[in-house]
Amino acid sequence: MKKILVIGATSAIAQEVAKLYAANSEELILWGRNSEMLHIISQDLLVRGGKKISSISHDLNDLAIHESKINEIWNTHSKIDIVLLAHGVLGNPRKAEVNQAEMLHLLNSNFVSHVSLLTFISQKMVQQGFGTIAVISSVAGDRGKQSNYVYGSAKAGMTAYTDGLRNRLFPTGVHVLNLKLGPVDTPMTKDHKKTALFGKAPSVAKGIVSAIEKKKNTVYLPMIWRYIMIIINSIPEAVFKRLKI
Amino acid sequence: MEYPSWGFYPVVKNQDTYILPNRITSIPSLTTSLLPRGLGRSYGDSCLNENGTLIITSQLNHFISFDESSGVLCCESGITFDEILKFAIPRGWFLPVTPGTKFVTVGGAIANDVHGKNHHCAGNFGHHVLSFELLRSNGERLRCSRIDNSDFFFATIGGLGLTGLITWAEFKLTKIQSSFISQEQIQFDSLADFLTLSEQSEKDFEFTVSWVDCVNTAKDVRGIFIRGNYCKPSESAVLKVHNTDTFKTVPLFFPEWILNSFSIRAFNELYYRKNLSHHKSNIVHYEPFFYPLDSIYHWNKIYGKRGFLQYQFVIPYKNDQGAALSEIFSLLQRSQMGSFLAVLKTFGSIPSEGMLSFPKEGITLALDFPNHGESLYEVLEQCDQIVRSVNGAVYPAKDARMRKESFAEFYPRLNEFEKYIDPNFSSSLWRRVK
Ligand SMILES: Cc1cc2nc3c(=O)[nH]c(=O)nc-3n(C[C@H](O)[C@H](O)[C@H](O)COP(=O)(O)OP(=O)(O)OC[C@H]3O[C@@H](n4cnc5c(N)ncnc54)[C@H](O)[C@@H]3O)c2cc1C
Repeated sequence: MKKILVIGATSAIAQEVAKLYAANSEELILWGRNSEMLHIISQDLLVRGGKKISSISHDLNDLAIHESKINEIWNTHSKIDIVLLAHGVLGNPRKAEVNQAEMLHLLNSNFVSHVSLLTFISQKMVQQGFGTIAVISSVAGDRGKQSNYVYGSAKAGMTAYTDGLRNRLFPTGVHVLNLKLGPVDTPMTKDHKKTALFGKAPSVAKGIVSAIEKKKNTVYLPMIWRYIMIIINSIPEAVFKRLKI
Repeated sequence: MEYPSWGFYPVVKNQDTYILPNRITSIPSLTTSLLPRGLGRSYGDSCLNENGTLIITSQLNHFISFDESSGVLCCESGITFDEILKFAIPRGWFLPVTPGTKFVTVGGAIANDVHGKNHHCAGNFGHHVLSFELLRSNGERLRCSRIDNSDFFFATIGGLGLTGLITWAEFKLTKIQSSFISQEQIQFDSLADFLTLSEQSEKDFEFTVSWVDCVNTAKDVRGIFIRGNYCKPSESAVLKVHNTDTFKTVPLFFPEWILNSFSIRAFNELYYRKNLSHHKSNIVHYEPFFYPLDSIYHWNKIYGKRGFLQYQFVIPYKNDQGAALSEIFSLLQRSQMGSFLAVLKTFGSIPSEGMLSFPKEGITLALDFPNHGESLYEVLEQCDQIVRSVNGAVYPAKDARMRKESFAEFYPRLNEFEKYIDPNFSSSLWRRVK
């Protein structure tokens, strides 16, 4: 039986991933902000076959408690096989261009809180000498573009950080996975016009579980985004800066 | 995102949407009328709310409890039958009643009190519902069952989404030992034969349904009678779930000329001949048996941008030995309105419980028509008149055009029902028929 810590457990994608582990009779530890939602999700996962489900409700942007919460989790569970960081917000990109509070909210919720958590999680993982850290990042971090570059830069930071962490932890037996997601049809994107390129949460979740299983380094989900990003990254900046994307 | 109905007709404007984030949140107070929305598998305007707001239940997708020994499942109302099957089959359970597609939600199945191929022995989906919570727009939460708030219970089953929002429901699954069906297919070439076959089969077969050709018939209807039971362990003891990941989708609307009366005739001929041997028995997985159309995800787009209409009615046939039905068949033939798919079945004597539930003892026919416009609506209006004359009913879940007077006659408990409507709820269908 594996123990899986899901951070940002109320997100649609995290819920789908947790369902897959629950159906496989694993133990789950859910961390999110909304305790009522965590209760609903825990019930669901128990019905689906989850062996043991526990939950922690606390705001992930409250950096001051990260160290003690992580200590508490490892004290209670002694080891964790998989940590999935799934929290994040899209925010209001236009507002984030001009408003400091919105900009900081985006950076904290998509980058700073992750790095803070990983500072403590990685130490625990190194001590136990095994495990996988999987981080949900975004294709938006591959190239900055006018439509959401504050969000994108947080995700770009995430990518650089995970790559570095993977490099550092490799000799210790701890694996680090960067999941670059394209847009997925979830409540987070409810105001976006859905194109054929939108992923579905259940199939993205399958991709995540399989990438964790196979110890991949970086994966694009849905897979098509790997090719889209090759094209987008190959556009010369002289042209790119004139595009409205 | 757009929220059309399954038949793409009628097309309505200005539908706002509100995604209910979870089952504990109340319905926000809005200035427009509200209507719950499941997967939009209703054909006409019962799942549409022009100039109003649809309350999307996609986030109400959690299980609450399951009792392995009794098969009682409690889950949120946005859970789909597709998902329930994936959960239940490996554990040896199946839906007690299922419509011809698994892409419906629990809420939608209750609100239309849906029926399946086992109506003669299992009744409607509502018969298997033990309790549910009804969330009203004033924030009130009513726990409804046959004992608690039973009036709201019977108004909400078959209540077309008008009595409030079902947040969760508890119902009983059916124990199975195999996910395969042992089926028989038998050709018949008259309505009398169909009725005899139905009568004989209903004792020994849990599932019965017929496909009929009402285009090509010189004098009487012909078709294929299909009957089946879950396999006994000696025939198959496998519990295998369907696979929804390998969809074939119809991404674009087909041009309209593809579905002319010639192609419909050819299709019916082919389907009939496919099964040339008079009697055939075999073992099939539940997926093609219950859900033959689900493998093509958006088959509704085959009918082109003008959409299509389904017409399903029930008529008691015991008194007139099917005379009214023959009359409808010949009306359709004379008017040259081809139907691609015509499904015929008998409903058993289990009385429906919902105030507006559709099924009642008799014979039911469901027909699909490309949207030919006025000429089609006129023919269907004439059919309505025949159905009215014999105390039948037309199914609102599939309706886009019936008149007020017909609705009132088909559903005599209408006035009683009205008392339970949520004052802030309405639908395009409701404003049309009321
Ligand atoms: C291929 C196909 C085959 C079919 N076969 C059959 C069949 O054999 N037998 C049969 O009976 N029907 C059949 N149907 C019709 C279908 O079963 C019904 O229309 C069903 O109700 C659709 O469910 P839905 O979740 O898509 O609901 P929708 O179509 O979105 O909504 C249906 C109604 O339910 C209400 N509703 C939805 N959720 C809630 C909720 N949470 N609380 C309160 N009200 C709610 C809506 O307001 C609306 O009035 C078939 C449909 C298709 C497309």
